[in-house]
Amino acid sequence: MTEQTAVRPQRGQVNLVGLTKTDYKGSASTLCQGCGHNSIASQIITACYELSIVPEKLVKFSGIGCSSKSPTYFLNRSFGFNGLHGRMPSLATGAIFGDHTLKALGVSGDGDTASIGLGQFKHLVRRNAPMVYIVENNGVYGLTKGQFSATADMGLSLKKHGRNPYMPIDIAWEALVSNATFVARSFAGDPKQVKELIKAALSHHGIAVLDIISPCVTFNNEDQATHSYAWGKEHEVALHDLAYVPPSEEIMIEYESGEIKEVTMHDGSMVVFKKVEREYDPTNRGEAFRALEEANTKEWLLTGLLYIDEGHPSLIDLYNLPEYALNRTPENKLRPSKETLDALNKTF
Amino acid sequence: MDLSQTILESESKQNSKMVVNDFTITVATVNGSGSQTSNITIMRSLLKMGIPVSGKNLFPSNIQGLPTWYTIRVNKDGYTARSETNHIVIAMNPESFVKDVEGIIPGGVLYYADNIKFPINRDDITVYAMPVQSLVRESEVPTNLRDYIANMVYVGILAQMIGIELDSIYQALQFHFKGKQKPIDMNYEMVKKAAKWAAENLAKSDPYQVKTMEAAKNCMMIDGNTAAALGALFGGVQFAAWYPITPASSLAEALLEYAPELRKDPETGKNTFAIIQAEDELAAIGMAVGAGWAGLRAMTSSSGPGISLMAEYIGLAYYSEVPVVIWDVQRVGPSTGLPTRTAQADLTFINFISHGDTEHVILLPGTIKECFEYGWKSFDIAERLQTPVFVLLDLDFGMNNWMTSPFDYPDGPMDRGKVLWEGDLNQLDNHFARYKDVDGDGITYRTVLGNRHPNAAYFTRGTGHDEYARYTEDHQVYEEMMNRLRLKFQTARKVVPPPVIEKMDGADFGIIAYGSTEPVIVETRDRFLDKGIKTDYMRLRALPFSKEVAEFIRSHDRTYVVEINRDGQMHQLLSLDVPDKAASLKSIAHLDGLPLTATWVESAILAEEEKLS
Repeated sequence: MTEQTAVRPQRGQVNLVGLTKTDYKGSASTLCQGCGHNSIASQIITACYELSIVPEKLVKFSGIGCSSKSPTYFLNRSFGFNGLHGRMPSLATGAIFGDHTLKALGVSGDGDTASIGLGQFKHLVRRNAPMVYIVENNGVYGLTKGQFSATADMGLSLKKHGRNPYMPIDIAWEALVSNATFVARSFAGDPKQVKELIKAALSHHGIAVLDIISPCVTFNNEDQATHSYAWGKEHEVALHDLAYVPPSEEIMIEYESGEIKEVTMHDGSMVVFKKVEREYDPTNRGEAFRALEEANTKEWLLTGLLYIDEGHPSLIDLYNLPEYALNRTPENKLRPSKETLDALNKTF
Repeated sequence: MDLSQTILESESKQNSKMVVNDFTITVATVNGSGSQTSNITIMRSLLKMGIPVSGKNLFPSNIQGLPTWYTIRVNKDGYTARSETNHIVIAMNPESFVKDVEGIIPGGVLYYADNIKFPINRDDITVYAMPVQSLVRESEVPTNLRDYIANMVYVGILAQMIGIELDSIYQALQFHFKGKQKPIDMNYEMVKKAAKWAAENLAKSDPYQVKTMEAAKNCMMIDGNTAAALGALFGGVQFAAWYPITPASSLAEALLEYAPELRKDPETGKNTFAIIQAEDELAAIGMAVGAGWAGLRAMTSSSGPGISLMAEYIGLAYYSEVPVVIWDVQRVGPSTGLPTRTAQADLTFINFISHGDTEHVILLPGTIKECFEYGWKSFDIAERLQTPVFVLLDLDFGMNNWMTSPFDYPDGPMDRGKVLWEGDLNQLDNHFARYKDVDGDGITYRTVLGNRHPNAAYFTRGTGHDEYARYTEDHQVYEEMMNRLRLKFQTARKVVPPPVIEKMDGADFGIIAYGSTEPVIVETRDRFLDKGIKTDYMRLRALPFSKEVAEFIRSHDRTYVVEINRDGQMHQLLSLDVPDKAASLKSIAHLDGLPLTATWVESAILAEEEKLS
């Protein structure tokens, strides 16, 4: 961070902007060994490195909880704001107006998003704020030591709290209902998919919600719990094999014709979907609802890009902002002239 | 007796008793009937004649159907405080009629819509019946607009009877309808028709009259919320988030109305601002804090219930040191309270808002010009101090129309505070630490997102942090950080506007007031002077208090602190700040939802003075 020297050791490879993977690192994690969140943090690092995002051109946000601590574990050279419990969406909404040329990435948890923060989450989504919104979903409160969150399954047993009597909230479903333009679900135990989804999300023009099941090894990792590693590994059903292709690259992946589907992103990049078992069209919102419903009944952890719509204006598009960053606007463009005030005075 | 002689006698009798430019007009109508246009038209046309005038809308929390009153005070001496005396009542509402008639002073005047059939048991007032319905029916106004136009009947009749120039009314309508000819003509025709009817059918037998003056010739008329919004736009507001609430909505609505006109980049036609209606006040402040952190001039505007909701973000902004401006247009609490009545009762709440040890900068505009001035200055102060800055208005200032001299252009360039960009960091030799007090004033340097320098970024948090913004639970570091924030507040005393002090030789006592009670104190002090009582007056304009505040208090044996709340909240805060003289401070506090009057303040202070003798 601030004590780093400007000249960095060039260990190993560099990416297109001349940075090594070390340039994307954060401070050491203070989460538990084996926590799903650590795996997601390292996929964020890899995705940003591979996408050659300049760290100073990305801004991080989080709320409160184990998940929300994780933005310090990646991209130390990016600005970040660890805000209030459940209120990160509003903070991020305001901040992205400061410099809309930056990419924004928020990390939240299931308590932060689905319990205390459900209202702000849904409003962030309906405004189509241009940011990646990752929910590290483990169905439990970790930092306060093992209480139920709003995504915990009905009937889930936790050591000190007995059985959960309430129905869970499905974050992907809530995002879809709120007209999200990018909804994905993944599993921290499937790092390759997590990475490809993060890359696609970073290219999305609008809100990209990633509901990533991220097991809590300390409080909610019994084999039968749907947020556990074992259950996830056993029940993961991928909608497709997906690969992110940057704008400058050709599609090199070899697929048999009829097996792939492509979605072109706003910035010219592409997401390529390879059929696994069933046909799935991620641009069809109705199909996304149906797939989630089917997964619930069949006890699948359905992963992949559930829905994408690149055609909507983002929140920033609605405000007719200059091309330059708003926070670099010179004073002469911010304060109208004295003549303007004199004329205005006369109208009252 | 010869008829002409009778008329002459009656005229001279009237002249001797003529009351010119010194009375009140109260219009009683039904909420939602469109009477606001008529009342503002009367006010503005009086102002166009150069007559000092003020208006107060007493309205219910309701869209349509409940009684509402609008009181216009005409005062040649320029007093604009609320007056409790009803000289002229225009009764348009059957529901409140009996009480409205009772409230007229002896010798006063009643104008009433003649469809109201209640008996009038007063022989000590002048009564004029107005054929409102028949005049409207005779006009060519479309049926759906008749209810609105009906209110122009009393404008025309009143104008004829007290001497408002029709030309001034035309100008006022032009302003109100922003030059749209059709509604201007339709309303003006009704006014003219009613005035003509009055000239032909009513004989003037009351003393109240207006005459053109010079006093207010150069004044404009505007409400505090609009003044605040314009000030913010001249202060370069770049981001505003808000949630609808009475009586603050019109502040954000004025931003929405004027921003496109005032704040488009002339070269590109692009907006240099963004305004978002949030899902609630907590989200509104969250967005504003995010934007302030990102280096934008950011604000939100609300009222008490909304500020309650904002508490957790205000604590975060205080501790993580984010500049943001928060307007509180106060209404009567606690809870939902009286949503459409005025108060100064959020003061102590805001001063200490948030858990933990916090204190906040509060600006207190006491004139409409200061609403505009603090509109821009609040951003300078917030960015200088890197902390939330509150501006406290109240419903009386915010929503009522006031006459004011034209607004002054900001007297200097913007103060963007201690912000470091790439070039600054290059010179710093890698020694940037977000929370390090380099200058010894408690204010540290900050960078904002988008800064490309590899050392610019830091991680902001509401948790314990060290000088480099790193997480820490170290006891000593925590305490040092909190003590630095306190030091910053000592600096704030020198940054905020000092009080305005008016002294008299050999004053008997001091008076302290702030905000919308300013016109009340001006009038009260003149009344005291008429009685031979001399007073010194300190109008507070901000917290934390500048050094002049304690000096003023220490230089008086006793000082009365006048405010619109139950508990004497400013009195409490002054007692904390100047504990050695707390006993010399006497609270004159009163809250019933109405603006204070000089009559009440005068008698409340005199009652205290009597206790001394």
